Amino acid sequence: MKGQGITFRRIKDVFVKGLIILMAGCSVVPLVAILYYVFKQGIEAINWDFFTQLPKPVGEVGGGIANAIVGSLLIIFFAAAMAIPFGISIGVYLSEHGETKLAYFTRLVVDALQGIPSIVIGIVIYIWVVKPMGHFSAFSGSIALGIMMIPIIARSTEETLKLIPFSLKEASLALGVPYYKTMMKVIIPSGLSGILSGIILSIARITGETAPLLFTAFGNPFFNFDIQHPIHTMLTPMSSMPLIIFNYATSPYDDWHRLAWGTAFLLLVFVLMLNIITKIATRKWKVQF
Amino acid sequence: MTTFQNLTSAKHIKRLKLSEALFTRGLKLSAITIVVIMIAVFLTLVVSSLPSIKSLGFKFLTTSEWDPVTSKFGALPFLFGTLITSLLALIISTPFSIAFGLLLGEYYPKGIFSQIFKNIIELLAGIPSVIYGFWGLFVLVPIIRTYEMKFGILPYGVGIFTSSLILALMIMPYSASLITQVISMTPANLKEAAYSLGATRFEVIKKLIIPYVSSGIFAGMLLALGRALGETMAVTMLIGNTHDIPKSLFGPGNTMASVIANEFTEAPDKVYVSALVEMGALLFVVTLIINILGKQIIKRF
Repeated sequence: MKGQGITFRRIKDVFVKGLIILMAGCSVVPLVAILYYVFKQGIEAINWDFFTQLPKPVGEVGGGIANAIVGSLLIIFFAAAMAIPFGISIGVYLSEHGETKLAYFTRLVVDALQGIPSIVIGIVIYIWVVKPMGHFSAFSGSIALGIMMIPIIARSTEETLKLIPFSLKEASLALGVPYYKTMMKVIIPSGLSGILSGIILSIARITGETAPLLFTAFGNPFFNFDIQHPIHTMLTPMSSMPLIIFNYATSPYDDWHRLAWGTAFLLLVFVLMLNIITKIATRKWKVQF
Repeated sequence: MTTFQNLTSAKHIKRLKLSEALFTRGLKLSAITIVVIMIAVFLTLVVSSLPSIKSLGFKFLTTSEWDPVTSKFGALPFLFGTLITSLLALIISTPFSIAFGLLLGEYYPKGIFSQIFKNIIELLAGIPSVIYGFWGLFVLVPIIRTYEMKFGILPYGVGIFTSSLILALMIMPYSASLITQVISMTPANLKEAAYSLGATRFEVIKKLIIPYVSSGIFAGMLLALGRALGETMAVTMLIGNTHDIPKSLFGPGNTMASVIANEFTEAPDKVYVSALVEMGALLFVVTLIINILGKQIIKRF
C-alpha cells in the first residue's frame, strides 16, 4: 500500500468525525422541528370546548373533538381487551416450547405480522367483518388494531419470560405446585413488568394508526356513545383522533385545521407519554435475578 | 381447609389434570390461531383478488391506464410510484442513518449525551404517520413550492419528491436504531488489533467496522424499505393523487397504498374492489419477504 503521511491520515480522521457528527445532527433537526411545530400550533387550539364539544359544521367557529377522544379510547380499549390475553399466551407458549416446529412458525408469523402494512390489515378486516355485517363499525376497527398489537405483546412476553431463571420454576414444581399454577402464580407475575411495558408499547404503536381505521371504524361526526348499550355503540361507525386529523387536515377550512392541530398535539402527547412510561418502566422494574 | 387427604384425593388430582391439560392446550391453541390468522389473511387477499386476476391477468401490472368507468385497471403507475418514493426515501435516509449509527455505536456508545440522543430517536420513531403527513402538508409543501418556483418547475408542492422526503424522515429513526445496534456489536478485539497496528479511527471504521457490519446495514435498509413500501397516511396526504405515471420527480403521482386508501371505500363494482385488493396482496407478499429476510440477517449478529 502506498504510504500516506500521518498528518494527512489524522486530518482525514478528524474531518470524517466532524462530518458524521454534522450529518447525525442534521437528521435530528427536522424531527425536532415537527415536535416543536405540532406543540406550538396545538397548544393554541386547545381549550375547554376542545375537550367537551362536538365538531361544528363548516362555517361555525369553535367546536371540539369530544367524540373522537371517546372513540379513540373505546376502540383502543376493546382492541387491548382482545389482544392482551391472546398475545401473552402466545408469548408464554414461545418461551415454554421454543424448540418445537409450531414455535418456529409462530415466531416467523409474529415477526412477519409486525411488518405487514397496516392498510393491508384494514382491507382484510373489511372483508372479514365489515362486508358481512353490511356497515362500518368501531368493533371492526378494534379487531384490526388488536391484530397489530398481538405481535408486540407476544414478543415482549417471550423475551421477558426467557430471563426468568429456571430454578424459580423448579422450586415451585418441587413444592408440588401444578404446572399451570406455577406459570400463572410464579412465572408470569415475576415477569409482569416486562409484559406490562410490552402492552403499553403496543398501545402507543396503535394509537396513531389511521390506515386500518379508514375501512373499519370509518368516522362519525356525532356522539353516539350510549353508556347503557356499550356493545351496540361499538357496532356503529365511530370517530377517532387519527381519523379526525386526516379528514380535517385535508379539508380546506381554517377552523378545521385548527381542530386538527389540537388533535395532533393531544395524540402526540399521549403517544410520547406512553413511550416514556415504557422506557422508565423497563429501566426501573427491570426483571433481574 | 385443604388437608393432605383432600389434595391427594382422586377427584382433586383429576381436576388438576384437567386444568393442566386445558392450560397447555390453550397455549398451543393460541400459537396455532395466530399462524392460522396469518394464513387466512393471505388466502383472503388471494381469493378476493381472483376476479381481478382472472379478468385482467398480467395486464394489471403492465398497463398504465386506470379508469374504473371502463373497467380498465393498470396498476403500473402506482407500482412505479411506490418503488420510486420508497427507493428515493431510502437513498436520502441511509447516509444519515449510517452517520447516526457510527456516532452512537462507535464514537459515543456510552454517556448521558448519547443516551439522550438515542432516546430522542426512539421516541421520534413513535410519531404517528398521520402527523408526519399533516406537518408535511403545512410546513414542507410551502417550502418546496417556493423552491420549485425559484427553479421554474411547475409549483405543485405535493408530489413524489415531497413524499420521499417525509418517508425518509419517517424511516430514518427506525433504520438508525437498527444500524446503531449492529455497529455496537463489532467485536472489541478486532478493533483493538487494528488500533495496535496504527490505524486511525476512520481507517478502523472504513476497513473494519463497515465491512464487518455490512450485512447488518443491508438488513437495516431492507427493513426500512419494507416500512416505506407500505406507508400509507403520510404519502396519501402528500403525493398529489394522480393516476398517470409521474413525469418528473417533482410532479404528483400515486402509490399502491395511497390508491387503496383513497378509493377502497368508494369502489362500487367487484373488479374495481378486487383490483385494489390485488395491490394490497402485492404489498403483503413483498413486505413479508423483505421482513423475513431482514430479520433473519439481523438475528445472525
